[in-house]
Amino acid sequence: MNIALEADKLTKYYGKSRGIIDVSFQIKEGELFGFIGPNGAGKSTTIRLFLGLIYPTSGSAKIFGKDAIRHGPELRQHIGYLPSEVFYYDNMRVIDLLKYSASFYRHDCTDRIYKLADYMELELNRRIEDLSYGNKKKVGIVQGLLHRPRLLFLDEPTSGLDPLMQRKFFDLIRQENAQGVTVFFSSHILSEVQRLCNRVGIIREGRIVEIADIRTLQQNNYKKIRIYSTQTNDLHLNLSGIANFERSDSYVQFLYKGDINAIIKKLSEIDLTDIIIEEPTLEEIFMHYYE
Amino acid sequence: MSKIISSTIFAYEFRARLRSVITWALSVALLILVYTALYPSFAAEAELMRQLMANFPPELLAAFGMTGVDLTTVMGYFSFVFLFVQMALAVQAAHYGFDLVSVEERERTADFLLSKPITRTQVLTAKLMAALAGLGLTQAVIWAASFGFVNLFRGDRPYDPGLMALILAGLVVFQLFFLTVGMAISLLVRRVRSVTFYALALVLGMYFLGAFSDITGDVKLENLTPFKHFDANDAVHHGGYDLSLVLISVAVVVIATLGSYRLYLRRDIPTTA
Repeated sequence: MNIALEADKLTKYYGKSRGIIDVSFQIKEGELFGFIGPNGAGKSTTIRLFLGLIYPTSGSAKIFGKDAIRHGPELRQHIGYLPSEVFYYDNMRVIDLLKYSASFYRHDCTDRIYKLADYMELELNRRIEDLSYGNKKKVGIVQGLLHRPRLLFLDEPTSGLDPLMQRKFFDLIRQENAQGVTVFFSSHILSEVQRLCNRVGIIREGRIVEIADIRTLQQNNYKKIRIYSTQTNDLHLNLSGIANFERSDSYVQFLYKGDINAIIKKLSEIDLTDIIIEEPTLEEIFMHYYE
Repeated sequence: MSKIISSTIFAYEFRARLRSVITWALSVALLILVYTALYPSFAAEAELMRQLMANFPPELLAAFGMTGVDLTTVMGYFSFVFLFVQMALAVQAAHYGFDLVSVEERERTADFLLSKPITRTQVLTAKLMAALAGLGLTQAVIWAASFGFVNLFRGDRPYDPGLMALILAGLVVFQLFFLTVGMAISLLVRRVRSVTFYALALVLGMYFLGAFSDITGDVKLENLTPFKHFDANDAVHHGGYDLSLVLISVAVVVIATLGSYRLYLRRDIPTTA
């Protein structure tokens, strides 16, 4: 498999303030990659560096093996971008904006505009300034996909979309991905990344803290354990690999990563009334990155 | 995509500015009409006018750029009208200059435009060409209005069409000065909040720099302002503009243009969020 996206020690400072620091990752063609982090962690900065909207302080960004800055114009022929906040020329009608957008690409996109607009239930004859936020987002989605890009940057794409549209949008992204389109999906909502992506990178305060396969993260590493007992005060969990520890009157809850026998042995020291062991959600796994 | 100009952006930019261009052109043409229509009465009372002007304090005349202006001759009167034309066209050009790139960042459309498969050079060139086309259109209307209305109202008093054409031709570089300097300044600052404020500040600043040097007689400052490089009153007296001063304007245009490209090619586009 070829590498679609590659960041190598990518660093961006805005004057003295931090953008991202030493961000490195590789994303293969055809991957659906989730990029997770709290607001201000550097998600948009990373995407905007790949698009050539801003220039790196140091390090490099490559798309399909070519430098994202030097070969930016030809690379962008194959890139679709949905920014986190969509803004277009207010006095244009939707169809005019989409045609303006299409005019930058080599091939004819007219059919595709109508298909996508129909699918996303977007009215083409309205003026941009009259659109609600959600409808502007739909314009953004059509605009980002109309030229059949091989690579998609989605920056917090679902904000403003109602649940029904979110689902349609996810289906659309899955269809694109099934046809080989590489997707870079940035979000601070872990559950939606969990639904869509195969691999995730977690960014916090400008640095990558983890890159992993979603399934291995979920299945092999962490268990969410909740025990009900009258003796929770006698429980001394001095094991490593315990996170998100919560204690209430009737129960104790935590995430555990490590030898399952060790924790069971520990738990058997007290009298339990009930126990729940389950797969944690991504949200719970990554909570400690957010704190 | 080796095209130097993106015809797509040019067409969009030109159309987006067309209404403004037409408004400016017609307003200034109207201004020329109103002023030239008053000329016959000025000329008729020639002796009275000269006496009136002589009674004004010379500083006041200087401040309005009217030192040595003879309002009774066609060319003298035209040079007086031309100053107002210059003021208006300077504001227009400065407005387009400050707006050229900053509008995309203010309206937050820069992300849309610059994520397209085009170079920054193509974007700036197309925008610049569209602005030039708009200014060219304005100037064509000004030429027509100037010759038309002057001939309509001058009666049988003589005028110098060659000199008038020369004075009008100066508008090309004169407007380029404000367009390119505005563009360069807009790229030096982080954000242009009010284009009108910047445009008026630049134009009035340049105007008073010229007027101020007239009042104080300081000749160093006046070398900086295109209002002096393209002083129509001076041109009437000397049969043309001072070439060495014109070249200063040309040099500023070249430097501001090259500087703008340099700045724009390296610019970090501010985030929309």
